[in-house]
Amino acid sequence: MVLLKLFLNVCARLNRKVFNGSGRLFRRREKLEPSQKFGRRLRAIFTSGKLDQAEWDELEATLLGADVGTSATRLILADMRERMSRKDEPVEALRATLLAALACEQTRDIELRKSADGTPRVLLIVGVNGAGKTTSVGKLAHLAVEEGAQVVIAAADTFRAAATEQVETWAKRAGAQLISGEPGGDPAAIAFDAVKSAKESGADLVLVDTAGRLHTKVDLMNELGKVRRVVEKGAAVDEILLVLDATTGQNGLTQAKVFGEAVALTGVILTKLDGSARGGIIIAIQQELGIPVKFVGLGEGIDDLAPFDAELFVEGILS
Amino acid sequence: MFDSLSDRLSQTFATLRGKGRLSDKDIEQTCTEIREALLEADVALSVVNGVVEKVRERSVGVQVTPGLNPSQQIITIIYEELVAVLGGAARRITLAKRPPTVIMLAGLQGAGKTTLAGKLAMWLKREGHTPLLVACDLQRPNAVEQLAQVAKQVGVPIFSPEPGNGVGDPVKVARDGVELARTKLHDVVIVDTAGRLGVDAELMNQASKIRDAISPDEILFVVDAMIGQDALTTAEAFRDGVGFTGVVLTKLDGDARGGAALSLSSVIGKPIMFASSGEKLSDFDLFYPERMAQRILGMGDVASLAEQAKRAIGGDEIEAMEAKFASGQDFTLTDFLKQMQGLKQMGSMSKILGMLPGAAAMKKQIADIDEGEIVRVEAIIQSMTPLERENPKILNGSRRARIAQGSGRKVSEVNSLMERFTGAQKMMRQMAKGGMPQLPPGMKMPMGMGGAMGPGGAMGQGMGALGGGFGAGKQTPQKKKSKSGNPAKRALEEGR
Repeated sequence: MVLLKLFLNVCARLNRKVFNGSGRLFRRREKLEPSQKFGRRLRAIFTSGKLDQAEWDELEATLLGADVGTSATRLILADMRERMSRKDEPVEALRATLLAALACEQTRDIELRKSADGTPRVLLIVGVNGAGKTTSVGKLAHLAVEEGAQVVIAAADTFRAAATEQVETWAKRAGAQLISGEPGGDPAAIAFDAVKSAKESGADLVLVDTAGRLHTKVDLMNELGKVRRVVEKGAAVDEILLVLDATTGQNGLTQAKVFGEAVALTGVILTKLDGSARGGIIIAIQQELGIPVKFVGLGEGIDDLAPFDAELFVEGILS
Repeated sequence: MFDSLSDRLSQTFATLRGKGRLSDKDIEQTCTEIREALLEADVALSVVNGVVEKVRERSVGVQVTPGLNPSQQIITIIYEELVAVLGGAARRITLAKRPPTVIMLAGLQGAGKTTLAGKLAMWLKREGHTPLLVACDLQRPNAVEQLAQVAKQVGVPIFSPEPGNGVGDPVKVARDGVELARTKLHDVVIVDTAGRLGVDAELMNQASKIRDAISPDEILFVVDAMIGQDALTTAEAFRDGVGFTGVVLTKLDGDARGGAALSLSSVIGKPIMFASSGEKLSDFDLFYPERMAQRILGMGDVASLAEQAKRAIGGDEIEAMEAKFASGQDFTLTDFLKQMQGLKQMGSMSKILGMLPGAAAMKKQIADIDEGEIVRVEAIIQSMTPLERENPKILNGSRRARIAQGSGRKVSEVNSLMERFTGAQKMMRQMAKGGMPQLPPGMKMPMGMGGAMGPGGAMGQGMGALGGGFGAGKQTPQKKKSKSGNPAKRALEEGR
């Protein structure tokens, strides 16, 4: 009886996902299949316990092709060799190496409900132009609302054409309140107002959508620091998440470094992982900067956000 | 900080002695360095291997001469290879014989298509055309509104019958938009489409339907310069799914090396037509293969940097400086102050310096630069009298003490500034005479570089302001001597 209920439950949820947004679940699968070709090839070549030069080269090519980068690839192959010398099977050695490379001390979880004393959680969403910040804000808001949270979104991108209208659409879709200002207005002021409003209304979560900015623009990086400082006058900032496009190459590490210098990053949202890019640069970001990936974006729909799963990510690179 | 290929190769060959050809071992080492550098620049692995092979072949003939580091020759070989590939298919936008010219934009989400649509429209308008923008991104929230606002900023009309956000048929909008352009006699139509993944069969199909409906004269594949190894996979998917006739690279104002440019040129063979570098609608230019080659090799984009410097420091200032040096006058503290202030406007000094060729050799000096220094130096110089600034020789102990007190700094800081200034002065004199520290010889410079590099030029100003740090660099011997009194012209004539 319980099993049947469970089964029906799952079907109902699947149905909801299938018909909610016209076949998004199936569309997502279609998208994921081709990009999983990568690792399948790899598994096929690891036939014996030892690897010949061609197989090592193939492995190196796979990692480089996933944007893991030359230094990180070197370290991974060396680590893998070491494990194999201790009698590990190649596939196991590789999986263990990659998981070790992604291991992080901090939690990947984020708090979506306000703290015991009623202070709202504040998340700052930052990143370069076009990474997927506003869409991610919408997804996070939706996730939080589904969990029963009351959400306030700060439309702090006052620069880009129609940015406020864009995040407004997401706020409506997610069921979150929007705090916005005039184009060209002060982003820090809007963020502060959102925190103030959240405290007054007893909201759980404040999501601050900021303007896309290249890390090479010093004044824009300084502005980000200012936004954080101003927000902190109202409430502590719980998370500063860097939104990173999975197609980004080695520049992703530079982005994380420089954004991290301007504001202390607590995590990464890796977006557009439903494409053919593997996002391997996050390995270097974890290793060199200790910044963990907390979420992955898997499409343009409001549901297309998943918590980062290291095992699945490694599978994506390999299988 | 850029650890550029040229610096790395210099180090590789630093201990080379004797004459004759490069040994196999040297060539292997070279190839390893090149491979690493190009991968770090996000060039596709398959393309890297191809380039390395070509360079290996040509390296066999490189002679080792005492006193001359073969790295320069190798760099020139690579540079030439890259420029050839990047510029190989270069051409202008094809305008239709019978208007309107239909330009369709396609690419991944977030590449910068909508902003580019506005830039293209502005550029075409300036060239005397009458563009119409068509809003066919009916998917991304408020994309139509974004394009409408962009159209308003540029002052061109937009066709946006559907609100988007999931409502409307982009194929119909595209078709109707082109039809409207025809009837209203617009000579160019720019069709902005939704971002889509190369692996999304449904949306790639939609793109091909849009293409079939409007028969574009140009389909521009818009790609973010920071894209990594996925560039080739995605480009092939777009080529096969919808096809494109040209490429536009965006966000070049970042510091991504842009290796995708090489991958696309090499494999897909479609011309990169434009370079987009900034969020302003005017931040749009033709694509220059030489600049891209330098950027990929980690040499920074010196020409763009020079332009940036020029804008920050001001063209008039530069002309005045050039005239001053041409007349034999000396570099003064007033000039030094102006340069510092100009540099302040340009942004992070260490980043700018990192972009200059030979930056690695100056690493230590650059790392020691403190951004706050500019403010301190300004204060000190501003406490000097105009006479003192023009004639620093008169700065005796009592004057220095007064200046220190007036600017709230220590006498030792004033002394240290004077030392640096003297170093800068020496360097500026040297540049005025035609010497250029640390630039690899035989390097073909992009147009306008000669002017930019002269002492009055933007780069000269930047280097002068650093004061002293450069003096330690090795000097490249100048063989040709120009007769021109203008240092900038001389630099051009001497082929620097």
